[in-house]
Amino acid sequence: MNIIVIASLVPDLVEELEIDSSGTALDTSWLRMIINEFDDHAIEQAVLLKERSGANVTVMAIDQEGIDEVLFTAAAKEADRLIKLTGDFGEGANSHALARVFAAAIKDLAPDLILTGVQAHTNLDGAIGPLLAALLEMPFVGYVAGVKTADGKVIARKEYPGGLTGEMEVTLPAVMGVQASEEPPRYVAVSKVRQAMKTASIEELPAAALDPSGGLNVSRMYRPEAAGRATMIEGSEEEIAEKLIELFKEAGAL
Amino acid sequence: MNQDIYVVIEHVQGKVAEISYTMLAAARELAQGSGGQVVAVLLGQKAQKLAETLAADKVLYVEHPALEEFTPDAYLTVLAGLLGEAQPRVALLGSTTIGSDVAGGLSERMNAPMVSQCQKFQVDGGAIKSVSKICGGKIMAEIDLPETTTLVCMIPGGYAPEDGQGQGASVETPAVPELEGLRVKLTSYIEPEAADVDLEKEPILVAVGRGIQNEDNIELAQELADLLGGVVAGSRPVVDQGWLATSRLVGKSGKSVKAKLYLALGISGAPEHVEGITGSETIIAINSDPSAPIFDVAKYGVNIDLFDLIDPLLEQVKTAKG
Repeated sequence: MNIIVIASLVPDLVEELEIDSSGTALDTSWLRMIINEFDDHAIEQAVLLKERSGANVTVMAIDQEGIDEVLFTAAAKEADRLIKLTGDFGEGANSHALARVFAAAIKDLAPDLILTGVQAHTNLDGAIGPLLAALLEMPFVGYVAGVKTADGKVIARKEYPGGLTGEMEVTLPAVMGVQASEEPPRYVAVSKVRQAMKTASIEELPAAALDPSGGLNVSRMYRPEAAGRATMIEGSEEEIAEKLIELFKEAGAL
Repeated sequence: MNQDIYVVIEHVQGKVAEISYTMLAAARELAQGSGGQVVAVLLGQKAQKLAETLAADKVLYVEHPALEEFTPDAYLTVLAGLLGEAQPRVALLGSTTIGSDVAGGLSERMNAPMVSQCQKFQVDGGAIKSVSKICGGKIMAEIDLPETTTLVCMIPGGYAPEDGQGQGASVETPAVPELEGLRVKLTSYIEPEAADVDLEKEPILVAVGRGIQNEDNIELAQELADLLGGVVAGSRPVVDQGWLATSRLVGKSGKSVKAKLYLALGISGAPEHVEGITGSETIIAINSDPSAPIFDVAKYGVNIDLFDLIDPLLEQVKTAKG
């Protein structure tokens, strides 16, 4: 089976996010970017499929600062092929535009299964997966938390609210939006990633020109107002603990 | 394009999902601005009675055996035809396991723009702004809706679901398109395994998030929960790491809890988690990030490193218990 995983970087939410001077976008100059955690799960799911029943795993991403490390880390997890799409991804790089870029690059690679994160927290005009599926005329299933192969088809476990799971039988080729891999994404030691940097290579492919149509005009971006904000408890650790004890008593927990 | 507001109703196992009512409430506000009608789109099999709870002017009920439960391929086929022909001002879908599966496909097939993560609209006559919550709830984005048919995926929190419940909508049954050769089939539902606890019934929850840092630290939360007579729950990252069982997951794919006391330890408060806790009476959040969105929903907050507080807190709880 030929699996393509699409990975991208998102701002690390542990860091403070700033709005740029236009007031309509994130200030990316100081942002620490990390792999979209759902894409990390997609890579893990692909590697699990490879280990279980054999597969060729390609990880594809657009050129962004820091993406090489993500790709080499995937290689250290036994991904077979790394593809970086090069071009200008600044202005107009919305989900619609990027889905078109990936669709153009993937068309000739004849994948059986395309896995990507169910969403990225920066998505404003939809996630890449469903858009890509439509462009490639493949079926899409999202919120996937496990994939198994069966007679040329795959069975995807799809999450519903309340802990309910739906088993979906999907005809290949197909695109899936991964919410969680069956096992937590494996840890790879830095030394293994370094080794992958020496042995694996990243293929660079020029991306098609961006076509942002279907995207949106953001008129304003801001941090949520502090309306209805929590009453903050301050003081020393002991004082805070004392106050919390009172609140626990009020709530009937003590 | 007409001025109607369409709402794609979501239902699973014979029950309408709450987000559908939230969207109907939003649709009413939009329709008052645009001067159009609220039209609910219900796909199903022997599901017509679900139409009776929808606060809409009109329900379009499409009946077919392949629509008994949601599958992305069948829904996409039906909705692309129906919405493509109707060209409403806005079509609302849930930012959910159902709506998000089809919205992107609809956007491409209908050549219509789409908005994600919308929590609220601002309506000024015919002009509509969507307010979307992104970056785990840390950023709000205001988007001017294009003046053509636009698809909007909604998250809860901006409208009261009760306002979307009602009766008396007229029901129409449009023609059903060909549903042959579907590529996605639901083979079964798997109910959650009978768990040791039912979070929805627990009055006291000590919930942990990414800030708990590692599996060993769960014990600290467990100790606190034991002392308070509560149980440990968690947000998505903790469950995905395998540190807590899936039955302990609170939020979008997990449980919606109604605790008397919900103590959130190291939980940032992403919308996916928050939608599962807002039914709780007292939420107390402890987080080292002063801008964590959890402080916007909590009644009380402590901005401190959890690990500086936990020992004195455990000590004092023990003392209080005598």
